[in-house]
Amino acid sequence: MKSLIHATLAIVVTCGVLWFAASKLEASGAAGGEGVLTVYNWGEYIDPALIDQFEEETGITVIYETFDSNEAMLTKIKQGGSAYDIAVPSEYAIETMIEEDLLIEIDHSKIPNLKNIDPYFLDLPFDPKNRYSIPYFWGTVGIVYNPNDIPEHITFDSWDDLWDPALKNKVFLVDGAREVIGMGLNSLGYSLNSRDDNELREAVEKLKGLNGNVKAIIGDEITPLMINNEATVSLTFSGQAADMMWENEELDFAVPSEGSNLWFDNMVIPKTAQNVEGAHLFINFMLDAEVAAQNTDYVGYSIPNKAAWELLDEEVINDERFYPPEEMRGNLEVYENLGLELLGTYNEYFLEFKMSLN
Amino acid sequence: MKFKPKATFSPYLLWIVLFVIAPIGLIFYYSLLDLNGDFTLANYRNFFTPAYLTMTLTSFWYAFLITFFTLLIAYPTAYFLTKTKHKHLWLMLVIIPSWINLLLKTYAFIGIFGLYGPVNAMIEVFGFDPTQILFTDFSFVFVAVYIFIPFMIIPIFNALDKMNPSLIYAARDLGASAFTTFRRVIFPLTIEGVKSGIQVTFIPALSLFMITRLIAGNKVITLGTAIEQQFLVAQNWGMGSTIAVFLILIMFASMRLTRKKKRGGRA
Repeated sequence: MKSLIHATLAIVVTCGVLWFAASKLEASGAAGGEGVLTVYNWGEYIDPALIDQFEEETGITVIYETFDSNEAMLTKIKQGGSAYDIAVPSEYAIETMIEEDLLIEIDHSKIPNLKNIDPYFLDLPFDPKNRYSIPYFWGTVGIVYNPNDIPEHITFDSWDDLWDPALKNKVFLVDGAREVIGMGLNSLGYSLNSRDDNELREAVEKLKGLNGNVKAIIGDEITPLMINNEATVSLTFSGQAADMMWENEELDFAVPSEGSNLWFDNMVIPKTAQNVEGAHLFINFMLDAEVAAQNTDYVGYSIPNKAAWELLDEEVINDERFYPPEEMRGNLEVYENLGLELLGTYNEYFLEFKMSLN
Repeated sequence: MKFKPKATFSPYLLWIVLFVIAPIGLIFYYSLLDLNGDFTLANYRNFFTPAYLTMTLTSFWYAFLITFFTLLIAYPTAYFLTKTKHKHLWLMLVIIPSWINLLLKTYAFIGIFGLYGPVNAMIEVFGFDPTQILFTDFSFVFVAVYIFIPFMIIPIFNALDKMNPSLIYAARDLGASAFTTFRRVIFPLTIEGVKSGIQVTFIPALSLFMITRLIAGNKVITLGTAIEQQFLVAQNWGMGSTIAVFLILIMFASMRLTRKKKRGGRA
């Protein structure tokens, strides 16, 4: 009996200590205030030298933390207890954050460098007039492939190339309902924000025809597979494709001409921010032409900063795979927030498609 | 110290209410809600559509395959373990890998089964073309079996270890062949171990989800995958909970099927 009590006590004490330690760690984001700026960004998504430069110029100390998914970021900010002054969500997450009243309106008069941003990337449907968010990087969804391993006639100028019998067991898809169903809709010439059940039905039926070609539907695991030449063709995000091509020079990337998704990661100021003034300074700093150009060199994604384009290597800016010219962008669409009901429908169809694969 | 049953049981009772009954109750409650939080039975109606029924059947089929092959490998292993000199050391060595995080082991298999992995290197030695072993039914069942083997071995090992060896000698003395001895004496006496082994394999196998993506490339869809999708992507907690309710029901059914039989004395 005595040993039982001891054991119980030991467990309770351990739990207490762990809980205390965890709450200490959790609170790290809460250390904000004057002179400190807490930035919450994706991993590997900023040149660290720029943080030093910002600290030097403004005297503000930057605490930099990273997340790996919009959902994780959302949960942490929603929970409260954090004091992030800047976060960098994608467009659909921004829409949710606006709806849930998690963001502070941005004072444009404090961001003179906003003029550097190409107007194309401003005033988008997910945040009209950019009241809550300022563009950081952008990209598309397309197909990364190894031209050495597939017949020459397949160039992915059209989504239909994915259905080519020569690609038997070679196609990898990203594990996302919006991306895959959207690709099916695009290949039929429909909008990837379609709310018409007949169109969705038709898209799924067409996708089921991919049966023999699809090797797997996976997530980030695709990056090492493409780099090591274990996978040949993969539906993926342009940023991820850039990462792969950086490591494996054989690879190429294409956005089929029927259209695809256009995504944006924007900077926002969460309601929990402790240093709103500093957050504005930081946003303005990141929009500076030279800073943006340096950041692009480091990160490798597409930058919406028009002024920075002039400073960047022409080869980078004229690469139509990552900087599609405006007439090509006409076919690209931004995800609209479809609402949970329709998102559920997309998901059910995606599940149906997955089940048809085996 | 005087033993007071009521007082000593209350912490356990509290534990069970808080961490077993309450969560199951919550799952059931959520399964009756739609996206707007209104009361509905639509989730249950939705479950009885061909998509989910097929998914249930495939889950069953793969869980069955996994359990079957795990048993096929675990039983002889456990048997030979009991025959070794340092059997508890050997058992320990078999169990240690199960302490390693499941995800870590799964990622390791991505490398092992890869196009340039050791398995394909072996295949090439024998003059065959390397093939992508990953993302097939085979690799899925293989990895799942590998993961569950220790959990199956432990109860069977314990049952075999407890068995009185003189019973085997008696059977052989009385003229039973090795096979008959196994069929009529050893196996019936260790059936309880096999049953608990099946329980700890079959039930988790029904709801495997990470391996379905990492190893089977989402070509095998189990109820576990569907629950994950409903909660994380579709954010439809109602439907996710409904699938979970059916999973719980199936678990209860399989527990009943494999429960211990009360018998007077040992057979």
